[in-house]
Amino acid sequence: MKIKNSLVILLVMAFGVFLFQVYKQHQTQGSLNKTAAYYNTNTPDEVGASNVVTAIVVTYRGLDTLGEVTVLFLTAMIVGYILRHGGKEKPMKNNTSEILITAANVLIPGSIILGVYVFINGHLTPGGGFQGGAIIGTAITLMILADPLGSVKKAVLHITESLSGFTYILIGLAGLLFAGGFLDNRILPLGNLGNLLSAGAIPLIYSLIGLKVGTELSSIIASINETGNKTA
Amino acid sequence: MNLTIDKIALLLGMSLMLIGLWGGFTQKNLLKIILSFSIFDTGLNILIVALGYLPGRTAPIIDGSAVTPENLALVAIDPVPQALVLTAIVIGFGTTALLLAYALKLNQHKKSLDINQFTDLKW
Repeated sequence: MKIKNSLVILLVMAFGVFLFQVYKQHQTQGSLNKTAAYYNTNTPDEVGASNVVTAIVVTYRGLDTLGEVTVLFLTAMIVGYILRHGGKEKPMKNNTSEILITAANVLIPGSIILGVYVFINGHLTPGGGFQGGAIIGTAITLMILADPLGSVKKAVLHITESLSGFTYILIGLAGLLFAGGFLDNRILPLGNLGNLLSAGAIPLIYSLIGLKVGTELSSIIASINETGNKTA
Repeated sequence: MNLTIDKIALLLGMSLMLIGLWGGFTQKNLLKIILSFSIFDTGLNILIVALGYLPGRTAPIIDGSAVTPENLALVAIDPVPQALVLTAIVIGFGTTALLLAYALKLNQHKKSLDINQFTDLKW
């Protein structure tokens, strides 16, 4: 055990020395590099989004985001699969505290509206589909905490998730037909920079991503909760 | 030593990575190992965001007054690391969820979260 511990200390120290070299050689840049300068110069004209990060995530690197959403979808599927044979159902009392139930009833509608606001305004303000989806996931988690024995219908979550994923791909294919390429946002008019209905298909795509991420997070939490209600 | 804000963020990210690495190797409880992984992940994300920092600049979001379409390239920081970290956070979440689900399953089989109890692949 002693040898193992000293090996760990050696490894951590070696990694620390490596990181310190990175730190020593790091120089604060004075100006943007070529890629960043391109994105910062051309985003207002080419994509029409106020938030450059959103423009990169949804349009310039849209294929990566599709892959990312797919990874999240796979995670939700695998978690559901691993936890499926969870043993026998144990009759459990619903002993959630009154304070949690009351607080959840107050907070859940507000959280969901905040999540929707964050993903609809993803092209104008900080935030977007993933952040808004995470907020919605929090609301559903609160719902499950307040009522662990039911009320969250997994079928509804799965249908919402599949429909938004499917529509996302259809919009991408529409970009291939009517605009410059897969996931091109110019299938809809770009509009005026800074308006809610601007930046072409970005608000639509980010809303779909928000719904998809929110339902995926919720179904992961719901699977884990269902297993927690059972005994092996 | 002259510590600017990006240097502080770099040091913070690197310290978190070291803490996460140390925890992942020394902890015996599966949940603590997963937590260490999560800490390492957070440190790495802070490090990447710190690399995109430019002194005196602001977020790459056009607000009409401080940042306009014309001066975006002169006053805004590098947006690429932020987009990358957005992806990395989501993937980190997915990995953590998978690890937790697997730990839950292991706990159901052996009634234990101690990593030393799982000797099936040891020789």
